[in-house]
Amino acid sequence: MSSLDQKASSSATTERVKASLRKRYAAEKRFKLYGIVAISASIAFLFLLMGSIISKGLPAFSQTYVNLNVSLSAEQLDIDPTATDSELRRANFSGVIKQAMRDRFPDVSKRRDKKALYSLISTGAEYDLYDRIVADRSLIGQNVNLWLIADDELSAIVKSKSDLSAPDSIVTRLTDQQVGWAKNLQDAGDVDVRFNRTFFVNGDSREPELAGIKAALMGSAFTLLITFTLSFPIAVASAIYLEEFAPQNRWTDIVEVNINNLAAVPSIVFGLLGLAVFINFFHLPRSAPIVGGIVLSLMTLPTIIISSRAALKAVPPSIREAARGLGASPLQVVTHHVLPLAMPGILTGTIIGLAQALGETAPLLMIGMVAFIVDIPTSVTDAATVLPVQVFLWADSPERAFLEKTSAAIMVLLVFLILMNAIAVMLRKRFERRW
Amino acid sequence: MNKSALLVGSAVLASSFSTAVLARDGISVVGSSTVYPFATVVAERFGKTTDFNTPRIEATGSGGGFKLFCSGIGVQTPDITNASRRMKTSEFDSCLANGVTDIVEVLIGFDGIAVANSINSTQFDMGTKELYLALAKMVPNPANEEELIENPYQQWSEINPDLPAIDIEVLGPPPTSGTRDAFVELAMEGGCEQFPAIKSLEKDEFKAVCHTMREDGVYVEAGENDNLIVQKLEANPNALGIFGFSFLEQNSDKVQSSIIDGFTADFDSIADGDYNISRPLYFYVKAQHVGTVPGIEEYLAEFTSEQAWGEDGYLADKGMIPLGDEQRSEVGTAVSTLEKLILD
Repeated sequence: MSSLDQKASSSATTERVKASLRKRYAAEKRFKLYGIVAISASIAFLFLLMGSIISKGLPAFSQTYVNLNVSLSAEQLDIDPTATDSELRRANFSGVIKQAMRDRFPDVSKRRDKKALYSLISTGAEYDLYDRIVADRSLIGQNVNLWLIADDELSAIVKSKSDLSAPDSIVTRLTDQQVGWAKNLQDAGDVDVRFNRTFFVNGDSREPELAGIKAALMGSAFTLLITFTLSFPIAVASAIYLEEFAPQNRWTDIVEVNINNLAAVPSIVFGLLGLAVFINFFHLPRSAPIVGGIVLSLMTLPTIIISSRAALKAVPPSIREAARGLGASPLQVVTHHVLPLAMPGILTGTIIGLAQALGETAPLLMIGMVAFIVDIPTSVTDAATVLPVQVFLWADSPERAFLEKTSAAIMVLLVFLILMNAIAVMLRKRFERRW
Repeated sequence: MNKSALLVGSAVLASSFSTAVLARDGISVVGSSTVYPFATVVAERFGKTTDFNTPRIEATGSGGGFKLFCSGIGVQTPDITNASRRMKTSEFDSCLANGVTDIVEVLIGFDGIAVANSINSTQFDMGTKELYLALAKMVPNPANEEELIENPYQQWSEINPDLPAIDIEVLGPPPTSGTRDAFVELAMEGGCEQFPAIKSLEKDEFKAVCHTMREDGVYVEAGENDNLIVQKLEANPNALGIFGFSFLEQNSDKVQSSIIDGFTADFDSIADGDYNISRPLYFYVKAQHVGTVPGIEEYLAEFTSEQAWGEDGYLADKGMIPLGDEQRSEVGTAVSTLEKLILD
């Protein structure tokens, strides 16, 4: 072969390599581009979702009040001034409020119109009056100016900042007459929008303006407490045994496979188990966080075990060997050296498991935690519901004002989840050790 | 850390097991999701105006409610079950078999099922016959009524020239919903019966023909959430929706009821029985629990008080159609004396 031929063939090779190189670079560029497009698409979706939830949910954090002059005479309330608190409950609060509305709009006389007028004030105003009188008995017999909770429909048009002088332009169930009264109240400065405290101190209600998140929040807290106290010690103990002490044989293999399978079991199955075992057999109360907590801890156990084992495995063998070499017993090796080093990983796994449990509704359906709960639970055996269930119940309600409550409840749930994840990150940062 | 967590856990468990044995301190209600919005209003009022705890209410569906209710006597079983249909004899028998012998039946009112479209489109005026022809899988051949064929209709005007010439599109609940059961029984069967050839069929065949909805995409199962159907109707003026009357009431500025056999779904037409697609609402009380679980009698009194289920009561405001005066006082007396239900 002559050198000329060689040159030609080598330059041909270079050409080929160059061409393929260009292809490779282009492919790499394309691949990066795909990645960026995928990430920006998911970020865009996330923003869209969050944006829609926040924009829908924000109005739920404000509440509309109407100022009325209410006459709280014992006669009108139809009570004895010395009545006990429980006798006071039966006082004619609604009559007093209706009278105040009639005084404010004296020219309303037809029965139908009066009913329309009364419906501008929430029924919650009656319970509010009761609370005020119980707190301060001297109110009986006085004429007082009070800010009373407005009905959800009135609240909706006030909060939307619509122009009340043009009733035709507002989409509402209120009649033009009712919008006229609202306009009158607004012009006189008797309508005010304030921060919605009710939302954070009340349980569920069928009146959107009275519905609150606290019962569900407490229910979630109690349920998670039970879940944590049960699943954390059991999961960590089993992970330590399987990872550090158990012999490698067929039995531990079976246990390991089963734990991995359990992690993939649909959560409703755990609900059925809870119904059959804890409620029907052990006679634990229905709808109670104790049962919910036990069921959810069964669900989170595999997650925590798997992540704890991974954390234990990540501790280098040299640490165990060094400890043993200095005369530590196997138990001391684990409790003094391996476990503290694995703790950040274990805790992260636990919190992720709990966050999963916090968002779960399916297993709770079977054990009666998908329920209308007004009273705020005070112990783990009280009837309770949880945050995601509350979201579901509100989303299903006919009253339109529940739409904003639904989004607001989602926001509360998200805040909870973000907090838990933040704790996980913090713990990891704090205890993490590198070797 | 581990040790203390274990301690707390066992302490919590121990305390809860000891209290679990004690009697329940509030009423437990299960049952129909149609009655749920009404029962919850009463429960809330009851909790706020008395010293008793607020009853807890689960929406398990009518059938699921009866199953729980009839599972026995004792505080771990519910005290009351709501239903959007009457108790079946089979359910009554299973109640008896499990020792639930004293049952009080309370008819509380009626619920209508609305067939509605967007307020911006023309109102439909039709009968259950047209609804059946539009929605059933098998319909009589227009040429020969004896013969059943796959539903050929694509436009409303093909069924009845008076109806608009737009594609048939109906959004409704899935088979798991009680609203669907009631719609099929009341509207579809009602339409079916107007064809003598179908009416003379055997019972099983009759049901198969009348109860099967078409599956070619004309009837869209829109999920259990009635709010969603209302939103979709707003966006699509050509579609009709099927949902509970209370949702029609709450969205009267967005959707309008169609005229069915001469009447729209409204308060008076349902109360008078003129509107054909309506159903009775019940609840059932375990009288053996009265005295054991506090507040049952008072809850009954609140439910059957004029301010609750009366013509101007708060349940009517929420969309329940009250009973007539006479029927109300009849049921009221039966409830106050805890009259035992006898089904045979």
